[in-house]
Amino acid sequence: MSTFWSIWISVIVLGTVFGCWWLLWSTRKNQTTDTETDRTMGHSFDGIEEYDNPLPKWWFYLFAATCVFALGYLALYPGLGNYKGLLGWTSHGQWEAEVQEAEAKYGPIYAQYGSTPIPELAQNQDAMKIGQRLFANNCAVCHGSAARGQVGFPNLTDDDWLYGGSPDQIHQTITNGRMGNMTPKGVMPNMTNEQVDQVVNYVLSFSGRAQDEEAAEAGAQVFAQACVACHGPDAKGNTAMGAPNLTDNTWLYGSTYEWIKETVVNGRQNEMPAQEGRLSDDQIQILSAYVYSLSN
Amino acid sequence: MKHEIIEKNIGLMIILIVLTISGGFLAEVVPLFFQKSVNEPIEGLEPLNALELEGRDIYIREGCHVCHTQQIRPFRSETERYGHYSVAGEFVYDRPFLWGSKRTGPDLARVGGRYSDAWQRQHLFNPRSVVPESNMPAFPWLFENRVDHESIDKRMKTLQTLGVPYTDDQIAGASEQIKGKFEIEALVAYLQQLGTVISEKR
Repeated sequence: MSTFWSIWISVIVLGTVFGCWWLLWSTRKNQTTDTETDRTMGHSFDGIEEYDNPLPKWWFYLFAATCVFALGYLALYPGLGNYKGLLGWTSHGQWEAEVQEAEAKYGPIYAQYGSTPIPELAQNQDAMKIGQRLFANNCAVCHGSAARGQVGFPNLTDDDWLYGGSPDQIHQTITNGRMGNMTPKGVMPNMTNEQVDQVVNYVLSFSGRAQDEEAAEAGAQVFAQACVACHGPDAKGNTAMGAPNLTDNTWLYGSTYEWIKETVVNGRQNEMPAQEGRLSDDQIQILSAYVYSLSN
Repeated sequence: MKHEIIEKNIGLMIILIVLTISGGFLAEVVPLFFQKSVNEPIEGLEPLNALELEGRDIYIREGCHVCHTQQIRPFRSETERYGHYSVAGEFVYDRPFLWGSKRTGPDLARVGGRYSDAWQRQHLFNPRSVVPESNMPAFPWLFENRVDHESIDKRMKTLQTLGVPYTDDQIAGASEQIKGKFEIEALVAYLQQLGTVISEKR
């Protein structure tokens, strides 16, 4: 702040405090007594007169005390332009002190958990209590408070994993996030409506639910062309690219004919946001252990 | 001094009243008009593009700012949850600013990138479908209405007049850029950029 504005602020602030002080004493000057009297202001309007009584003492000294308090406050805290105050207080400094205090208190606990291997950490009841709260604050909005997921957001309590369920893979998923991308009609953009019907029936046939056996048989060819690159020849998926296993009964986007058709025709884009930076490394370690513990 | 003098001279009284009530404004607000730290954008801050600006207007229209603040205060309890505390330089292009004053829902100052686009869309279509205990209203019409592409250039021009550094090219291409888009796309684009200029999140 420039010197001009610093002086500007100081003059107004101090001027106000001393102005109040002066006003307080100057209006008291003409008083001859501190007690109530019958003296009036000497004017009368429609027979109504105004008493000229002093302010009650307690009230007057309260006013005076606020002026003294203001001066004390201005000496201790930054209120006069560039003057920093005797305490050197800043909102930023207060925040840093809060953070440091918390770091001193929780840092060692986090550091201890952060260096524990995930499977071992998953057995630690105290760590898992922290994990549950971290999960509720950061993950539950998408995966649900019971971690059972919903359409488009994976269930984390089962044994089915898009990107792998090993401790390292879970840690990786939370740290860096994941971008799932199924292109419309797989890698066969010119897929006809008939072929869509066939491939959907073929996918349904993995779980014995094909609506049209003939179409399902024909779908094998379409699948080989459009879907194998990601889902693999046995349709068991590929955790390296997050392509789901189509032969089990876990469906991220619904298992009916209509849902699968929608998925095939329009593709799916899905994103797990990276948590690195939002959470500390130790917190991610605890969270990974918590997610790991849900199915192990 | 006799207060009789003031009470019987209405002109003098007006002057003294104005002086009295403007004291706080002169000391606390006026100097800020001339402070670099509140007038200059932080490094990397760009004006909202046409789609994001449309999203911001939808945000205002739907009254999001009534229940959501956009200001993270410098308390650990807030920075742990929401990210780095807000700084004045982040808001220099906001006219008007949307800091809000009441949190029925969470603060949104750094919500950008926190959730996926798909989550934002689903949540706005029906909040209960992703957060069962939510009491946020649903906004299904955002998925049916197209954005108002016809007045976007005028709105950008107004902001340009007020000092937001839009180039004439940006304004000229704005209408074409957002034509035919759904309102939900604009709103999600706006939300996904909130607070992303400060990359330090905690």
